Amino acid sequence: MATEQGHVAESHEAQANDRIGFGFWVYLMTDLLMFAVLFATFAVLRSNTFGTPEYHELFSLPLALAETLILLTSSFTAGLGMLAAGRGDKVQVLTWFGITFLLGLTFLGLELKEFSEFIHEGYTWRSNASLSAFFTLVGTHGLHITSGLLWMGTALVFIWKRGLNAPLVRKLTLLSLFWHFLDVVWVFIFTIVYLMAFA
Amino acid sequence: MKEFLLGKLDAHALPHEWFTIGGTAAFILGAALIIGLITWKKRWTWLWKEWLTSVDPKKIGIMYFIVAGFMLLRGGLDAIMIWLQQALSSGDSYGYLSADHFQQIFTAHGNIMVFFVAMAFIFGLINYIVPLQIGARDLASPFLNTLGFWLYVAGVVMVNMFFALGGEYAATGWLAIAPLSGTQFSPGVGVDYWIWSLQVSGIGTTLGAINFIMTILKMRAPGMTLWKMPLFTWGSLCSMIMAVTVFPLLTATLFLLFFDRYLGMHFFTTDLGGNAMMYTNLIWMWGHPEVYILMLPAFGVFSEIVSTFSRKRMAYYKSNILGMLGVSAFALSVWLHHFFTMGAGANVNAFFGVMTMIIAIPTSVLVFTWIATMYKGRIRFGVPMLWFLGFIGVFSVGGLAGVLLAVPPADFQLHNSLFLVAHFHTMVIGGVLFGIFAGINYWFPKIAGFRLNERIGRYAFWCWIVGFMMSFIPMYTLGIMGATRRLDHYDASTGWQPFYVLMLIGGIIIMIGVALQLVQIIASIMQKQRLRDTTGDPWDGRTLEWATSSPPPPYNLAVIPEITSRDAFFEFKQRGGLPRAKYEAIHMPKNTAAGIYISAFAFLASFAFVWHITWLIVVGIVGIIVCFIARTFNDDLEYTLSAAEVEKIEKNRLKDVRSEPRQGRDDDEDMGLWEFIKIVVTWALGLIGIRRRSHGN
Repeated sequence: MATEQGHVAESHEAQANDRIGFGFWVYLMTDLLMFAVLFATFAVLRSNTFGTPEYHELFSLPLALAETLILLTSSFTAGLGMLAAGRGDKVQVLTWFGITFLLGLTFLGLELKEFSEFIHEGYTWRSNASLSAFFTLVGTHGLHITSGLLWMGTALVFIWKRGLNAPLVRKLTLLSLFWHFLDVVWVFIFTIVYLMAFA
Repeated sequence: MKEFLLGKLDAHALPHEWFTIGGTAAFILGAALIIGLITWKKRWTWLWKEWLTSVDPKKIGIMYFIVAGFMLLRGGLDAIMIWLQQALSSGDSYGYLSADHFQQIFTAHGNIMVFFVAMAFIFGLINYIVPLQIGARDLASPFLNTLGFWLYVAGVVMVNMFFALGGEYAATGWLAIAPLSGTQFSPGVGVDYWIWSLQVSGIGTTLGAINFIMTILKMRAPGMTLWKMPLFTWGSLCSMIMAVTVFPLLTATLFLLFFDRYLGMHFFTTDLGGNAMMYTNLIWMWGHPEVYILMLPAFGVFSEIVSTFSRKRMAYYKSNILGMLGVSAFALSVWLHHFFTMGAGANVNAFFGVMTMIIAIPTSVLVFTWIATMYKGRIRFGVPMLWFLGFIGVFSVGGLAGVLLAVPPADFQLHNSLFLVAHFHTMVIGGVLFGIFAGINYWFPKIAGFRLNERIGRYAFWCWIVGFMMSFIPMYTLGIMGATRRLDHYDASTGWQPFYVLMLIGGIIIMIGVALQLVQIIASIMQKQRLRDTTGDPWDGRTLEWATSSPPPPYNLAVIPEITSRDAFFEFKQRGGLPRAKYEAIHMPKNTAAGIYISAFAFLASFAFVWHITWLIVVGIVGIIVCFIARTFNDDLEYTLSAAEVEKIEKNRLKDVRSEPRQGRDDDEDMGLWEFIKIVVTWALGLIGIRRRSHGN
């Protein structure tokens, strides 16, 4: 009897995981559609520069490449963190996600550095439609990274305090999905915004 | 310092015109009345614990109905104000509204009716009925559901906030077309209120839609495959899939417009490379599918009603589903027909024109499946069926007008005319609103435990139909005659005034219909003992929601049956009732106030965005984040009802439930209008101390 109830509870938990995982995928798709609007806007408006330099004069390709590599690496370390979570290894989870967190922070720092340089040179989102679209697209991604970091930070604190329980592992799974998703979006930003500026 | 504390808010924002003072006073009086009543009855704890913090989709559904009902009256008042102005304002007479105020009214009318009435009623129905129909106990994420509801409430408050602070709503039309909605042409706060009321409630809609997709796809009773799913659930699924597809576009577009206004960006401005037509494209990419998001659940309601009231299985069930899927798919590729006149070129216009005409095919399939279901059925002309019959006539006419508008050369003539306005009102009132009314009449016994008064319901229906025809046939005619929409004044030589007067009279008849609907509910409450639904199955229903008592217990079905066919409950009845099974422990979600807190902070943040109050923006956003973290890292979210407790509840409940449905119900026992008036007058006279002589002395 006891095992039967245990079994029921377990399947209840598994069903919840299944549902929430699916729902989170749907959410990611809605977020992707929001990015689709921003990409479309950027594509339409990018040539409306009204006197500010072309993007290939503005961008530093090595910086964008560095950002890309950092974010890709952070996705990899997040994957390693999830493997550790599967093994139930709390220390490794904290280590790998800690590294992911720092890489994410570095990425965000580099992005803000690029933004502040533009603004310093007088190229702001008020300058023209093209820069409005650029700042909005890249900035929205940055905002997502920020919320991912916030989420990661709190999750790590709770794991450190409460240990790796089932709800927290579920949250980590969703978080890593979110993180990989942002990586995919960034690959498109890198291609469409940065690389195509030099095409 | 003052600017830091209050942003752009100052004494000018306080009400100082007749309509803002009136609106504010009405809201304050209404709120005072409600608060006073609750305090007097000492119901605060009950209200908070049983209703406001509830995660039960049935209670959330009812709360949606109540708020949407109030908003329907508010939006209806706007409609009458528009019609009154237009009936008066011809030639030398300029009516009673200024042009600017008139523009704000039609903008508010559109927003309120689409977002805060139709959308909310649809969400209310889905909340209440879908979990019951698929044999689920609650939603996949009960928390997201309350959050969605309270974000909607925040949107409702936001859209009415301009009465008290600001004094102006957007004067831009319901979609705030750019560049008119930019700061260059709309410097006031009206458009900001517009943005944030839609933004907040729109995010709630996205969350709600994700939740229902999860629920419908993952939580159906065992054996209920997609091809055995009730049609209302199918319609809701199609609708929610469309909602997650297009509501993110609305969110993004509103943000872009907000950035233009708040941060001085140039997406849709007239200068520095902004592209206003991009706004039109983006907003209609959401706006057109939105109509179908409202329509598809209404289609589902009609399918349920037709099948039940014709005492037949739904004919061509799969074609009906394919029709709904077809509508959903095509609806995403027709948005450009809203602006053929943009000048996108003949080929683009031809493509979207053809797509728009094609959408009539799956819609006709739906209409034919309903008619085929009625064929050789034993039809009962109950009130829900009347609404269905009204719908099918009105909707077909509106649909044909739509096909006409889809022809680009014709559209060049009819664009922005009253013909178009008449067309979409035929669709949204005749399709969506009639569907909502049909659904409310149909499911009311399930929700309240007693059915609605049929007699007064019929009167209300006929007022609506007659009033509707009287308003919108002249509107079609005027459109053909060349009247453009949104006119606050026209020349007497046009000869349009009689038509406008006719429209006003029709509007008044509709208002009488609305009043009768209120009377219908009140009269039903007065007679509720006689109208009580003791069986849980007053219409001889076919789907699972009728398999439980009215109203259902919190967990819906105590034992979830194995489904073997569509019309599952009807099959069970044929075989002599639901299969008996052992009660098991039930996991139920605990109530939470997190949705209320998060929505309150979201409201503060958006209010601060409207008035540029930076510190309040920070407070709002930090508040949202903190509440979210507190909620997501709280693991104590469920309670368990043991099998013994379930058995106890069920025994108590089943005591009242008679097993056999009552045969041959007689509508004549329903109170008539005359009887209702006599009772109310007697009561009112008694209240002021006058008694009629017949009561002795």
